[in-house]
Amino acid sequence: MAEIRLEGVTKLFKQVRAVDDVSLTISEGEFMVLLGPSGCGKTTLLRSVAGLEQIDAGRVLIGGRDVTYLPPRKRNIAMVFQSYAVFPHMTVFDNIAFGLRMRKASRAEIRRRVQEAAELLHIEGLLDRYPSQTSGGQRQRIAVARALAMQPQVLLMDEPLSNLDALLRLEARAELKRLLSEIGSTTIYVTHDQVEAMSMGDRVAVMRAGKLVQVDEPLAIYDRPADRFVGGFIGNPPMNFLPVTVSQRDGAAVATVADAGEVRVDARDGLAGRSGPLLLGIRAENIEIAPLRGGEALHGRVLVVEPLGSHNLVTLRVGGELLKAITRPDEHLDPDQEVAITIDSERIRWLDARSEVALAHDVHAGPGAGMGGVTSAELEGAGDQVERSLE
Amino acid sequence: MTGSIQTGQRPGRLRRQVGRTLTYVVATTLAVFVLAPIYFIAISALTPPEIALSEYPRRLVPAEVSFDTIRFFLEAQGVVDAFWRSVWVGVITLVLSLAIGAPAGYAIARYVFRGKELYRLLVLSTRAFPVVILAIPLAVTYIRLGINDSIIGVSLMHTALALPFAILITSSVFISVPRELEEAAQTLGCHPVQAFLRVSLPLALPGLAAAAIFTWVISWNDVFAASILTLREPTLPARVLTSLTQSRITFQFAAGFIMLIPSVVVIFFIRRYLLGLWGRVVK
Repeated sequence: MAEIRLEGVTKLFKQVRAVDDVSLTISEGEFMVLLGPSGCGKTTLLRSVAGLEQIDAGRVLIGGRDVTYLPPRKRNIAMVFQSYAVFPHMTVFDNIAFGLRMRKASRAEIRRRVQEAAELLHIEGLLDRYPSQTSGGQRQRIAVARALAMQPQVLLMDEPLSNLDALLRLEARAELKRLLSEIGSTTIYVTHDQVEAMSMGDRVAVMRAGKLVQVDEPLAIYDRPADRFVGGFIGNPPMNFLPVTVSQRDGAAVATVADAGEVRVDARDGLAGRSGPLLLGIRAENIEIAPLRGGEALHGRVLVVEPLGSHNLVTLRVGGELLKAITRPDEHLDPDQEVAITIDSERIRWLDARSEVALAHDVHAGPGAGMGGVTSAELEGAGDQVERSLE
Repeated sequence: MTGSIQTGQRPGRLRRQVGRTLTYVVATTLAVFVLAPIYFIAISALTPPEIALSEYPRRLVPAEVSFDTIRFFLEAQGVVDAFWRSVWVGVITLVLSLAIGAPAGYAIARYVFRGKELYRLLVLSTRAFPVVILAIPLAVTYIRLGINDSIIGVSLMHTALALPFAILITSSVFISVPRELEEAAQTLGCHPVQAFLRVSLPLALPGLAAAAIFTWVISWNDVFAASILTLREPTLPARVLTSLTQSRITFQFAAGFIMLIPSVVVIFFIRRYLLGLWGRVVK
């Protein structure tokens, strides 16, 4: 168990900045998820922590020790690879024992620790088999057991569930989460699956094009994305973004959606005295739809209704924009029906229209802020670089 | 990629059977094509010389088995010495080719370096150079260095011939061992060299053994280079070549038979070991 501190980590591949000046602190015992689309540099960042990549600038500290120039074997880490990288020419027992043997642990110690790790992952019945005689799900467990047997300071996981089929992945996700919270080791977990990130992480670090875009608790990221990319990447359906024009009327701000009406602005949003174009971000579940009775502030037309069992997903045309809303399954709406739209003004995320970055003043310090004393994302200038101020 | 054709449907069974039959037909044809000459050489070498010379058409099963022809061949002057010389040249070639070729193959497989493609091309281009053109300068150089007519001299030449194959085969062998396995070993406490020795090497062993045998066979089969570089102490093919025109046809049968045996036997035994190890490799 140890804190991981990354300071300005940069990794170049030829001219491409695969990892670009990433600074991040992962506290002891924390489960940090690196999330981003493929090619965003998250795996490269993980490999840099492991020591499998030599970084071009910055420092990596594990437990206060500068390991920037140490090879993987001296970093006291363990890694689970996407392909599992289980040694095919060794039995499951020898696979799990591999690292312990390298450390010259005693026979009895090896036997005990292998047994423990195998029991944790329910593979004690497979110890005499070769990996080719096990299933994909079992191999994934072998890889995790092999890592855990090392009792590393830091556990690194590179998309460990992505090679499993959907059903198995769901099961393995829950089990892995329970297991890792029991063990309580500091973990960095790389994934491109936002559901995995939301459901497993203590905190999620969203990456894009080699840079950290936002680091926060899952719910905070969901509710208050730092920019349009994060809002669109996280959540299903993605967050809606409506271009609006803000103006002042009777000393209060009003947001106008072209050809569709107005949206009430919460007085605490700090838009007073402001005017001009903005982006209004709103989650599908924070939009209410009702039959049009006349006199409503915002209206739109139903395009598609998709019944999904637990809820209906409704696609609306609002002015020139498309909006996705979630309604109760029993609410009846017809395509082409004109409807009144109510946007929960307390859940609106305001973004700069040009840079598509959230406005710095975030007064909706919602439930997320109370958890673990974690401050919300703080924006630096107009760029999309977000750094987390810790404690 | 074992031959399991999966169709998933019931009618698939018929298709599978047709597929299997085709596989066997092709395999049998190929086997007959390769084995028939070997078989005829073998029975010719094993029938008594009088019959082997006069009988035509040849019987498929010899009426009488005798080792006279082979004994005659083996008792011919210098044949046994040449045989052992060939074995040793092959072994030295094998060791040298792998010692130089395997690291080169590993580098091509694992590392990105400037001029890698050019290097790969150059390796092959040595084979594009016919030995015939090199024959005289080579012989002169060998005589000057005083390594003509020696086992080590021929081995060096054979190593040069076998090296391109050794490099290319070993590099493809190392490519087939996932790099992540070595990386996993490194995160589990291995020095890169240890990771190679404990993980990549055992997994590459079957392929390396195949490469080794291949270089040995290249050396064993070489006539030309050996005949240029040796005179009084030839390898077996060179020895056979020099007496080919003056010897009876039965002598040639025996020579062919004796030359065939080692290759066939070695590959027959190694093959089982290769399949055994490969069977355990995942992917």
